[in-house]
Amino acid sequence: MTIKISGVRPYGEDPADLFVRDGVLVEPVDDPDETVDAGGLIALPGLVDLHTHLREPGGEEAETVDTGSAAAALGGYTAVFAMPNTDPVADSPVVVEHVWRRGREVGLVDVHPVGAVTVGLEGGKLAEMGMMAASPARVRMFSDDGRCVNDPLVMRRALEYARALGAVVAQHAEDHRLTVGAQAHDGPVAARLGLAGWDPTAEESIIARDAMLAATTGARLHVCHLSTARSAEILRWARETYDVRVSAEVTPHHLLLTDTAAEDYDPVHKVNPPLRPSADTAALRRALADGTLDCVATDHAPHPVEAKDCEWPAARPGMLGLQTALPVVVTTMVATGLLDWRGVARVCSEAPARIAGLADQGRPLTAGEPANLVLVDPDAAWTVRGAALASLADNTPYEGMEMPVSVVHTMLRGRWTVRDGKVQTDDGTRSAAELAP
Amino acid sequence: MTTSTTGTQPLGLRHLLSTEHLRREQAEALLDTAAGMEQALTGRAVRKLPTLRGRTVVTLFYENSTRTRVSFEVAGKWMSADTINVSASASSVSKGESLRDTAATLGAAGADCLIVRHPASGAPHRIAAWLDRVGHSHLGAEGHVAVVNAGDGTHEHPTQALLDAATLRRRLGRVDGTHVAIVGDILHSRVARSNAHLLATLGARVTLVSPPTLLPVGVGEWPVEVSHDLDATLAGDSSHPAPDAVMMLRVQAERMHGAFFPSAREYAVRFGLSQVRADRLPDHAVVLHPGPAVRGMEIASSVADSSRAAIAEQVTAGVHVRMAVLYHLLAGEDVA
Repeated sequence: MTIKISGVRPYGEDPADLFVRDGVLVEPVDDPDETVDAGGLIALPGLVDLHTHLREPGGEEAETVDTGSAAAALGGYTAVFAMPNTDPVADSPVVVEHVWRRGREVGLVDVHPVGAVTVGLEGGKLAEMGMMAASPARVRMFSDDGRCVNDPLVMRRALEYARALGAVVAQHAEDHRLTVGAQAHDGPVAARLGLAGWDPTAEESIIARDAMLAATTGARLHVCHLSTARSAEILRWARETYDVRVSAEVTPHHLLLTDTAAEDYDPVHKVNPPLRPSADTAALRRALADGTLDCVATDHAPHPVEAKDCEWPAARPGMLGLQTALPVVVTTMVATGLLDWRGVARVCSEAPARIAGLADQGRPLTAGEPANLVLVDPDAAWTVRGAALASLADNTPYEGMEMPVSVVHTMLRGRWTVRDGKVQTDDGTRSAAELAP
Repeated sequence: MTTSTTGTQPLGLRHLLSTEHLRREQAEALLDTAAGMEQALTGRAVRKLPTLRGRTVVTLFYENSTRTRVSFEVAGKWMSADTINVSASASSVSKGESLRDTAATLGAAGADCLIVRHPASGAPHRIAAWLDRVGHSHLGAEGHVAVVNAGDGTHEHPTQALLDAATLRRRLGRVDGTHVAIVGDILHSRVARSNAHLLATLGARVTLVSPPTLLPVGVGEWPVEVSHDLDATLAGDSSHPAPDAVMMLRVQAERMHGAFFPSAREYAVRFGLSQVRADRLPDHAVVLHPGPAVRGMEIASSVADSSRAAIAEQVTAGVHVRMAVLYHLLAGEDVA
């Protein structure tokens, strides 16, 4: 069966027709079985998220592979990387294979488990990285995300070991000694609010150290949720000065929100690393535009209501991101003229696919390539309501905020996972509410 | 400054959560009311005003504090409110009930006012927001539960700052135009934050004196000057007058473990208010301490016990100020 997607604007450029058959983009045919009118819509390669918390196993009150996959598809994603800080931790072939199989069963997005670097994320003993790499899940990214691999010797060994696996180590850069009890970015806002300051040096010093370790070992390092102007400067300097293989992601919330969001003490704005001042936000946008930062990753972090509906220091850090990432990138990068839609494809799809070594994602929209697509209506604004998002949790920091663009359709290897903003499954269309267990 | 006002004009205060957002006329009206309370009680054999009869005031303390809790309780009782004390060790708090559920329960049980002390900065703000959202239409005349911040983490302690200002008024006759030095652990002090804002709002010049390790990184945006040299600040110079008041903050010995300063001895030598330093102050200068004082550390016993020190007056002013706060939040214009 051949699908014709007519009148769509690839990368926001001139309208064209795309043809899909057997999961790949093909040359035009005269007699398609189905024609989808996509006039006015923009086509991008399906988005790839290097940083998602699907919470399964162990955190199913906040998110499952099922609901998280739905949120991903609705956000335009065709591949997500599930962080290992689950319960049990994904530090063994058994757990990563379980997550991978659950992703396949749901089938809405390619779920790639990220393996833990150290056993139990405890920073001491290396996890069985080789066994996880050899499992059916084919793990190629390792991270202790949520925690930093603080011990420099352990980090060095992890980088060396991962190099032989063709894998990348994704570091949550945070020197624990500098963030004891820390609650919010160490600046005037935290000082006024009486929230213990989160020294940005905690992040920057680890990035500097790890960049040197990557240079020493020749291994590949990926920096998770880079959040300060100085961190970006360090990255730029390390790359210009040494032959070092370092990539970095920035989250949508660090591009848009600032530390003043804490002023009402609502911990829906509590996140690790913390929201930074506007000078950092501006610097991160520039760094994403000029390529210093490779990609956008959501750090989608669902939490049950009781983990957020409490006093600030008692709340857990993190916020939803999958369904709002693309609109936030448009707000911060496209509407500001910093990126065009080709640039959006680069930072939200092509670069993350390359960093993670995915051969079938982030590909050009040309015949012969896998049909992983997202079709975006650039003029369909919508208002965020946490309760209406597909995630079980509703801890979005954008509640009530207007988003400028909408994901209309998402296609994974030739199959629609989202049509007209609705999740498509083998047994028909399901609304977000029906996805709840 | 008017002295006739004892709260007959509505202040537009729904809660008292901080001094940062207190306008000058609101702060002055609260201080005027406190002075009025003091006058109203003077010479009475029975210190009881009928003002808050039938109103229920609940102190909800998640940290131990005898002096602040007793002060609020006395303030409530002297105005005939029913006062109930809830402490973390004596309620379901210790069983892990959430802050929200505890606050909602106390609101639903009929509290007109919650006096909240909590180790988390912003906890009273959260409670106020929850209670405002619920609306409590079945409660009280206006369905409103007023929240008073009695100290939240390292954020604010607004009634402490108000009682300090009331004490300065009594001792110096004014706050406007005076110079107040606040000395000690600014970083961890809610008293310092509340005083910095309130004193600036009332027209005082404020100097924070502290080692850099005990100052917040963002202090530069506060309406204050910063000094690391206590002797220079006390001496003053052509552009900086000697202080009219010195407020000494308690320094907790456990801060040494966090490497904030090398030793208690070094701290006392560099930042303690010794008798020698006190003797260099202008004759009229007053010494304040929010208590409890660590004698020999931040303040010499002889200074704490001298006539310069207003420590006991601060406690007395605290009751009057808290009466004024309860009055404006609960009685408002209809009782005046």
